Amino acid sequence: MINALKKSFKYTLPVLFGYIPLGFAFGIMLAAKGYGPEWAFFMSVIIFSGTGQYLICSLLAAGAAIPHVILITFLLHFRYFFYGLSMIDKYHKAGGIKWYMIFGLTDETYAILSTEKPPEGITRGAFYTAVTFMNHCYWIIGSVLGAVVGGILPFSTKGIEFVMTALFSVLVVEQWKAHKNHFPALIGFVLPIISLIILGSEHFLIPALLAVSVVLMCLRPVFEKEERL
Amino acid sequence: MSDFLTSMGIILAMAGVTAFTRFAPFIFFGRGKEPAKWIKYLGRLLPPALMSVLIIYCISSVDFIGGSHGIPELICIAVAMGLHAWKGNVLLSIGVSTVLYMVLIQAVFV
Repeated sequence: MINALKKSFKYTLPVLFGYIPLGFAFGIMLAAKGYGPEWAFFMSVIIFSGTGQYLICSLLAAGAAIPHVILITFLLHFRYFFYGLSMIDKYHKAGGIKWYMIFGLTDETYAILSTEKPPEGITRGAFYTAVTFMNHCYWIIGSVLGAVVGGILPFSTKGIEFVMTALFSVLVVEQWKAHKNHFPALIGFVLPIISLIILGSEHFLIPALLAVSVVLMCLRPVFEKEERL
Repeated sequence: MSDFLTSMGIILAMAGVTAFTRFAPFIFFGRGKEPAKWIKYLGRLLPPALMSVLIIYCISSVDFIGGSHGIPELICIAVAMGLHAWKGNVLLSIGVSTVLYMVLIQAVFV
């Protein structure tokens, strides 16, 4: 296993440089809501999701109801389902600690494992497990450090919660570049804004999500035809 | 900060649902068992739509009529998107826009 970690390390470098600062920002945000490093550690171990953990800071601050947490997490992490679908074959052949690898399938881990081949001398299973494990460690280290530092910073961290909005802004741009069809991204803006104006911030989300899903399903014949052309 | 039990409930709910979305394809669709076409269709088109929805969710409690009229939020979202479209560097886009936001709400739009 030590050998696998050594050989896989260089593949995880981009994630190291991403997860430490992003985890750090999560830790600071969490500290700002009154939660210490032990909470950061616990969450990073059992949730292990950047988008989810950014979101949970505001959910914790608001004392959100469980059904609300379940719904918003499901929508936020809907994409993981499709990462998993495309990894079924690869993981099946991999062996290794399969269920741990599936648990740790984040955006970044997926990006590495779906593109890179295992280096010579180690099995596919060992490579996948090593990459997942190292990424998990970077995320935990970054978030705990952030929570420690966030508790003692000499200046105000007011506004740090914007990091979540910034992350989604980045993801919108990445999705925009990755898809030719920009209609989903656009109705994703328009319908929630209409819903927000009519229903207010407390109740707008669920109707907005339903509206987006219904519109996309109604347009399925049109878009599937376009994709075939 | 919520009390211990509320916090634990929220964390465990998120952990459970997150794990479910990751495990589900391996539980429900083994090798050779394909999901229905409409699920695959939503898998392609829903994620880009959801990212937009989540931005609106992030700024949904901002007061656009009073206060600073959401100007700091809109400026910084534009900076994050513009920078990312231009440079494509995740950390740069998030870092610059977040620091700018902190400066704006602490020093400019007080």
